[in-house]
Amino acid sequence: MTRPLLDIRGLRVRFGDAVAVDGIDLRIAPGECVALVGESGSGKSVSARAVLGLAGPGARVSADALRVVDTDVLRLGERGLRALRGGRVGLIPQDALAALDPLHTIGREIDRTLQLHTKLGAIARHERALELLREVGIPNPEERIRQRPGQLSGGLRQRALIASVLAGNPALLIADEPTTALDARVRRGILTLLAELRDRGTGLLLVSHDLDAVRGIADTVAVMSGGRIVESGPAADVLGNPAEEYTRTLLAASPVGVPRHTPLLSASPVGVPRHTPLLSASARTTPLTTERHTSALTGTAGTEESPAPILVARDLTKTFSSRGFSVPAVRQASLALFPGQTLGLIGESGSGKSTLARLILGLESPDSGTVDLQGSRWVPAPESTRRPNRHRLAAIFQDPLSTFDPRLSAAQILAEAHSGGRSIHAAAFASEISASLDAVGLPQSVRSRRPLELSGGQRQRLSIARALAQNPDILVCDEPVSALDLTVQARVLDLLDGLQRERRLSLLFISHDLDVIRHVSDTVAVMRDGVIREAGPTERVFDSPEDEYTRALLADTAARG
Amino acid sequence: MSSLRRSARHIPQALAALVLLLLVIAAVFPGLFAPGDPLAINPADGFQPPNTTHPFGTDGSGRDLYTRVIHGTGPSLLIGLGATALGIGLATVLGFVAGLGPRWLDFGTSRVIEVMLAFPGLVLALLVMVISGPGAFGATVAVGLATAPGYARIIRGRVREIAGSGFVEAARVQGRGRMRILTRHILPGTARSLASLATLGLGQAIVWVCALSFLGLGVAPPAAEWGALLNDGRQFIATFWWLTFFPGLFIVLTAVSATVLGRGLAKTTRSVS
Repeated sequence: MTRPLLDIRGLRVRFGDAVAVDGIDLRIAPGECVALVGESGSGKSVSARAVLGLAGPGARVSADALRVVDTDVLRLGERGLRALRGGRVGLIPQDALAALDPLHTIGREIDRTLQLHTKLGAIARHERALELLREVGIPNPEERIRQRPGQLSGGLRQRALIASVLAGNPALLIADEPTTALDARVRRGILTLLAELRDRGTGLLLVSHDLDAVRGIADTVAVMSGGRIVESGPAADVLGNPAEEYTRTLLAASPVGVPRHTPLLSASPVGVPRHTPLLSASARTTPLTTERHTSALTGTAGTEESPAPILVARDLTKTFSSRGFSVPAVRQASLALFPGQTLGLIGESGSGKSTLARLILGLESPDSGTVDLQGSRWVPAPESTRRPNRHRLAAIFQDPLSTFDPRLSAAQILAEAHSGGRSIHAAAFASEISASLDAVGLPQSVRSRRPLELSGGQRQRLSIARALAQNPDILVCDEPVSALDLTVQARVLDLLDGLQRERRLSLLFISHDLDVIRHVSDTVAVMRDGVIREAGPTERVFDSPEDEYTRALLADTAARG
Repeated sequence: MSSLRRSARHIPQALAALVLLLLVIAAVFPGLFAPGDPLAINPADGFQPPNTTHPFGTDGSGRDLYTRVIHGTGPSLLIGLGATALGIGLATVLGFVAGLGPRWLDFGTSRVIEVMLAFPGLVLALLVMVISGPGAFGATVAVGLATAPGYARIIRGRVREIAGSGFVEAARVQGRGRMRILTRHILPGTARSLASLATLGLGQAIVWVCALSFLGLGVAPPAAEWGALLNDGRQFIATFWWLTFFPGLFIVLTAVSATVLGRGLAKTTRSVS
């Protein structure tokens, strides 16, 4: 048997009194990909970084054995570690934009690694850099090598970063959430590239919370929770037939293939509110109609059995211009929202989805086009006439933290919302606040906390609670789960589904994640370059897409699994 | 142990606060520290170096310097406070007008602020003094006006930052009116930075007031004021060092304390927002 590239036994990492990693064993052979999966905070990232002596300031690392090839990492000084990093072991971080120096060209970035870890001359290094760029699938390397990170797209940037990591000719690659920040099709490309590297004999330690990403590439999967490996084994066994409850939860969290209105996590404390004070007006428990609205695009009143749309946007167009450049963000976009239904809006980043949402919310004024809210003009209209109806349209965003005044506590934020802005006196709205927290599954103990002191999932719950406090008919969700772990995402999606059914909310759900969109939507609209390319019932669009771009988008997702 | 280290970090701020507190008491009740008359002349005791009866020594007319420095605290602090209040008040109006007003108003106000910033602050103050004439009131107005543009720019930036933030946008989505957003989010948000700004500015204002008095434009002699005392001692700086040293020491002490406290306040503000 070949010697393992990485041999970890009994690794422990402590920060002060807190134990981040509590005795894990891990082994990686050449050409093997081991995936370390788990929720954020499970210790997977710290474990991977400890291999490079990068566990962080204040970390105390101990292990029975921590070997890379035949080097004992624990015995290395800072100098030895530096030779190891970027040489024998390469690290691919999550955020390529942060990891690449914006002032350096891609060529210089690669050249630096070559200088440090090879003995090549300047011309040979340039040749090697071009070769590396070709290897990672960057088209036109002669031109790209002179460009800076800011001139490259997210996918090319991640590829360039991988090229600079490969320049050190590492035997072992550590990839820390390498695809989390990327669109579906870019993600697929990067995973394919990593799989190719593995096939050429590089050992790969893949850290991810995305089990779908791991599925296609990992040979071995180790599931981490609370600093321990709770389950490990061949990928097919662990992902196909998990023995542990925790692994099953992780797997269940994926929205792939789960039909609409089916909770992702059945055992999770989904906050279907026990009582709904202040909200009795909307507590209509009419069962949802399941008819399809083929009129999503046109916004016409639909067939006899379907109700009239609650919101209709027609031919919205918005162009941003600055210093002579004009960027058409949204072009002739039309859509209709129906009571109690979800319209999913899909598109890659930069496709104009968010601008469309802001136009509908009345945060931007369109160059042309209109939005009607139950028959009356909503956009364009003066803010003063819009204000009395503002409460009917609520919104939640990808980054809830920025939408809270940092000075206010959770209770004050909810008091503000319940009082319609008149007061932040939490005591006066104690019962409403308590009901709001219950409704979104937040513990009462968060009342006195400020947004900064809440976790990502808690923040999004708080923003949903705030949105619901204004008793809206429509909830605009702009990438509401994109910044969340898969399991947290599942809980938030389950919560939204429960609340929607409870209150007959209409959702405009924006996401770049097709699996999420498919799970939550009754109808979908596909957007690209500011244009809605295709719209229709979810099933129809996903099963038999008519538009060429939709087909390409779906093919990328299908091929990933 | 870590709590000990945490409280140790606040020692400088606590000391600074204590010094300022003592100075304020001295300003309000100078008799408590120096029961004598700051203007009492005793020509026989002229130019005595610091000793047990006169801890800071005496000036040419035999007036006790310690008494004069203590009695000078009031005018110095009062003019400094007045000037800071005036400067911050004016800057708040300018900053909010520029930060929230229409684009042309922001443009106009910002250019005016920049023109004023182009002058060295003290020169601007001197210019105002030429118009208003010397005296305590003139010095207050001059320093207040001279410091306003700097504050105005900071306040404008903070106002714009909050006005463009996600939570103000969220408030708009919730249908909150302009006044409500102003009073709920923008005013409290800027108030915090204003508090640290004012404390930091106080030290600077006192130094400037003293500078004006030193130039003979502030508080007129024989009234005791730190800057005026400095001016008195200026011609004897080589021979009777105490005449400039002790008033100068109090000016430095005040300015340093205000700065340390202001920095501390700024740090706690930042950790919140």
